[in-house]
Amino acid sequence: MQFGIFTVGDVTADPTTGRTPSEHERIKTMVAIAQKAEEVGLDVFATGEHHNPPFVPSSPTTMLGYIAARTERLILSTSTTLITTNDPVKIAEDFAMLQHLAGGRVDLMMGRGNTGPVYPWFGKDIRQGIPLAVENYALLHRLWREDVIDWSGKFRTPLQGFTSTPRPLDGVPPFVWHGSIRSPEIAEQAAYYGDGFFANNIFWPKGHFQKLIELYRRRYAHYGHGTPEQAIVGLGGQVFMRAKSQDAVREFRPYFDNAPVYGHGPSLEEFTEQTPLTVGSPQEVIEKTLQFREAFGDYQRQLFLMDHAGLPLKTVLEQLDLLGEEVVPVLRKEFAVGRPADVPDAPPAHPALARA
Amino acid sequence: MNELKLVAVTAGLGKPSSTRLLTDRLATAVTEHAGAGSAVDVHVVELRDLAVDIANNLVSGWPSSALGAALEAVSDADGLIVVTPVFAGAYSGLFKSFFDLVEPEALTGTPVLLGATGGTARHSLVVEHALRPLFSYLHALTLPTAVFAATDDWGAGADTYGGGLPARIDRAGREFADLLARLAGDGIPRARVERDARAAGQDELDGPGGQGEADVVPFEQLLAGL
Repeated sequence: MQFGIFTVGDVTADPTTGRTPSEHERIKTMVAIAQKAEEVGLDVFATGEHHNPPFVPSSPTTMLGYIAARTERLILSTSTTLITTNDPVKIAEDFAMLQHLAGGRVDLMMGRGNTGPVYPWFGKDIRQGIPLAVENYALLHRLWREDVIDWSGKFRTPLQGFTSTPRPLDGVPPFVWHGSIRSPEIAEQAAYYGDGFFANNIFWPKGHFQKLIELYRRRYAHYGHGTPEQAIVGLGGQVFMRAKSQDAVREFRPYFDNAPVYGHGPSLEEFTEQTPLTVGSPQEVIEKTLQFREAFGDYQRQLFLMDHAGLPLKTVLEQLDLLGEEVVPVLRKEFAVGRPADVPDAPPAHPALARA
Repeated sequence: MNELKLVAVTAGLGKPSSTRLLTDRLATAVTEHAGAGSAVDVHVVELRDLAVDIANNLVSGWPSSALGAALEAVSDADGLIVVTPVFAGAYSGLFKSFFDLVEPEALTGTPVLLGATGGTARHSLVVEHALRPLFSYLHALTLPTAVFAATDDWGAGADTYGGGLPARIDRAGREFADLLARLAGDGIPRARVERDARAAGQDELDGPGGQGEADVVPFEQLLAGL
């Protein structure tokens, strides 16, 4: 089982001090957090992709390439890469290059984004969101698997005799996840290709995601990739910990109350009751995370959101210490118990990693 | 015999409120005119009780369980009665916010009886210029007769022409009951049949126990549809 963190890369004022970090500071912070993730024994660092303030990560492979050079084991990923508004040719090139530089420690997650104006900014029509995701990924999939392609489609200029370079490391493309919070079409897409499905369940109650994941598992089997239980599932999570539960609540509350996306809405108590958010002791985080398996079945990757809403770097690093030292070792052990032998405990690793 | 699911959404803020009073009277009138032959299950949704949940849903993206149940009741109704107080010349913000959260197709074909309350009869056309376009947008089937109750209508100074408010409520109840009966046809209200057909299209999430694999849009079809 893989454990890691995913970051939105927001530049948000610390509500307890009123101080807003600069973009430069935030970018350096993200790198420090990624390095810390490796240091404390986590497996994955994933960055979001955004093209508007207050977010800094517009250029994920640049950042991941830099992190690749400063880490040795960490798998570098995205959450998500915009399959709708990026040119699939550029995605193919950028991530193949990253794969070579990182020695295969790369996978990526496709998403459609949640910011409407990004579509027109990149010359696309938001009403075509699903068709764009379908066509662009079909092209990306071929670009990594066929050396020379002839292609024409609805949304991009045609390609004749085109070769995407560099070719994937050892001829093996990066593993791909498809992220969705709402669309059954995306679960279907992940199932069709035998790719992973990531349900970012951090904002929504679980019943909705149970249906989506169940659909993905069923269709994964339908397309002959394995049993429903063997499908590759990833989940989100969000935690804030202190040794004493009440200390965690007291410290996190101002960040929660003012957080982008859900701040000034439901109370911390309502939110923790209805979503995966856990604010409490490491033991409480362990208990809540173990419940995910009961709801969604044995799964392969757990990513936590740890560094948003203006939390200072020092606090985030302390959180990662707790996660790496007290939470993840227990989760690894517990998740291994009862996992059937024929259910993978991680997404497929690049063959280059076995040699390393 | 099929039980008719009548849901009344009421946006009055006082307790008690004249908006709730009008809502209850309309529901009673519809039930009486539905006659002995058909059982009517009346379910009242008080938006006042859901005000904070509605605001939270707007900012967080998901409903509380109480609000979720109310939205489901409205989506599953065979007939809807909707009553709002007039605020600033239109329906109240709370009323609109609730209907902003109803799924876009959920009210397609649903019969709706419109009602509103206000301080004076000068607001009476609010049912025509504010309420009716909203429900037309949602593809609901609004009854041509709508009921507006001004404060005076509850006592002295009431408009007594043609029997006043009680007669207008009675007429609306009779016409709405007739509409529901006609739409019911062979006993299953048409709104419910259409809604079930729509739901079947969305039930790919519900697995083989429900509507079956036929409801998934297969990926080849998504590719071919480009």
